[in-house]
Amino acid sequence: MGRVEGKVAFITGAARGQGRSHAVRLAQEGADIIAVDIAGPIPNLDYPHATPEDLAQTVKEVEALDRRIIATQADVRDRDAMKKAIDEGVAQLGHLDIVVANAGICILRPWDEVTPEIWQDTLAVNLTGAWNTVQLAAPHLITAGGGSIILTSSAAGLKGLPFLTPYVASKHGIVGIMRAFAHELAEHNIRVNSVHPTGVDTPMGSGDGTQRMGDLIGAHPRLGGMFTNSLPIDITEPVDISNAVLFLFFDEARYVTALTMTVDAGNTQY
Amino acid sequence: MGRVEGKVAFITGAARGQGRSHAIRLAEEGADIIAVDIAAQIDSVPFPMATPDDLAQTVKEVEALDRRIVATQTDVRDYAALKAALDDGVAQLGRLDIVVANAGIGSFGAAVDLEEQAWQDMLDVNLTGYWHTAKAAIPHLRAAGGGSIIMTSSAAGLKGYQHLAHYVSAKHGVVGLMRTLTNELGPDMIRVNSVHPTSVNTDMIHNKATYELFAPDLENPTKDQLVERFQAMNILPIPWVEARDISNAVLFLASDEARYITGVTLPVDAGSVVK
Repeated sequence: MGRVEGKVAFITGAARGQGRSHAVRLAQEGADIIAVDIAGPIPNLDYPHATPEDLAQTVKEVEALDRRIIATQADVRDRDAMKKAIDEGVAQLGHLDIVVANAGICILRPWDEVTPEIWQDTLAVNLTGAWNTVQLAAPHLITAGGGSIILTSSAAGLKGLPFLTPYVASKHGIVGIMRAFAHELAEHNIRVNSVHPTGVDTPMGSGDGTQRMGDLIGAHPRLGGMFTNSLPIDITEPVDISNAVLFLFFDEARYVTALTMTVDAGNTQY
Repeated sequence: MGRVEGKVAFITGAARGQGRSHAIRLAEEGADIIAVDIAAQIDSVPFPMATPDDLAQTVKEVEALDRRIVATQTDVRDYAALKAALDDGVAQLGRLDIVVANAGIGSFGAAVDLEEQAWQDMLDVNLTGYWHTAKAAIPHLRAAGGGSIIMTSSAAGLKGYQHLAHYVSAKHGVVGLMRTLTNELGPDMIRVNSVHPTSVNTDMIHNKATYELFAPDLENPTKDQLVERFQAMNILPIPWVEARDISNAVLFLASDEARYITGVTLPVDAGSVVK
């Protein structure tokens, strides 16, 4: 029997990367999935955006595990579309037990090249999108008698990694809403935690951003050390974050709440 | 296949309570166990400590799971004895992968009134004992090519509580030890994390001395009368957690599922640290 048999999970940003990995890992352990992803462009990204084909691939991989999945192309900034996707998913799968607010963007720029558009888009997707996700999904968890909410923050949610001003602000903000929701939702037996990865091997780390990062560290060598991990590895895999999400999911972590859970190879302690 | 199949875990304070629970939970998932416990009284502790019979019960429960266990009556304050017990266990079981520094004591008193001996016993067991445990284990973990060290701290390792100055100091000290070892041992792929329970449903809280601390206004307080007072410390509406809840966190940190998690202070505290 799977560790989350019969549970239903709502995951944002599920078309690929960490989101797809969470969907597959939770499905392996018996959960059904409600998935959303913008699966479309956002300005200024240095890496390729997710596509409807990516989201279809997530559907295929979950169904190959004999689990059900309701996937919708929806933008976490669009409250009406989000509410519809959640409500319809719950109507079809029967209930909701876990929420993974994972959809995010990361635009690498030194502080003086961050435009108002980059600032606003990053906060809107990463922070307001997470708030939309939690606020709109929580009523279903209350109906279910409790549940678990996991917000994807970052090592940049705990330390001020360079060349990422709006990203750092949004990911620190995730810690704030995680802590606030943890208190307000505790009376409903809902736990709220955040996960904080170091670098993860996903499409977010591909494209022109890799070159840009190398150039910026070359120009500001004293800051490069901030990306160093304590463990002798350069990058983690999406499944490592998914395993932390799985742990925080249900009964084994039934009394764990308001935790900033690093999966960062020691980056924030180094 | 178990989640820690084929691994060997060293657990201090394994005669009862959380330590026994860790031994059983890890054994359920396929680990063999090296167990130590003082299994004797320390005079400054105002409630009964574990006995040799308790340690024998842990052995029985692990063996009932068809796992091997090497148990020794050893005081974590005695480095030479602790090292000998661990080395013997590794010689018998072949390797070491997981270390759970768990042996701890409790006592109470306002900082201004604490006896010198109570302060010293607390630091000796709850902090120096952890360093001894890590020091003895590190060479074995290096020989295995990596591993996971889990230190039982406490909610009191992250915030202060009245009448526990010595306990709070030791448990905060464990966080400092954990964070330093994280950086020293990272290059060897040895991960170091701490767990931070709120009150756990074990003999360490269910005793006359602890009840009187929580209810100085009541004569002969009972468990039922204490529920509300313990619950007031947590965000989730529960008075205490079970030893198995801590074991599940230990299991996760010990397993390969947490292979890149190091330097974490993991509360299993029903939210008490952030309350």
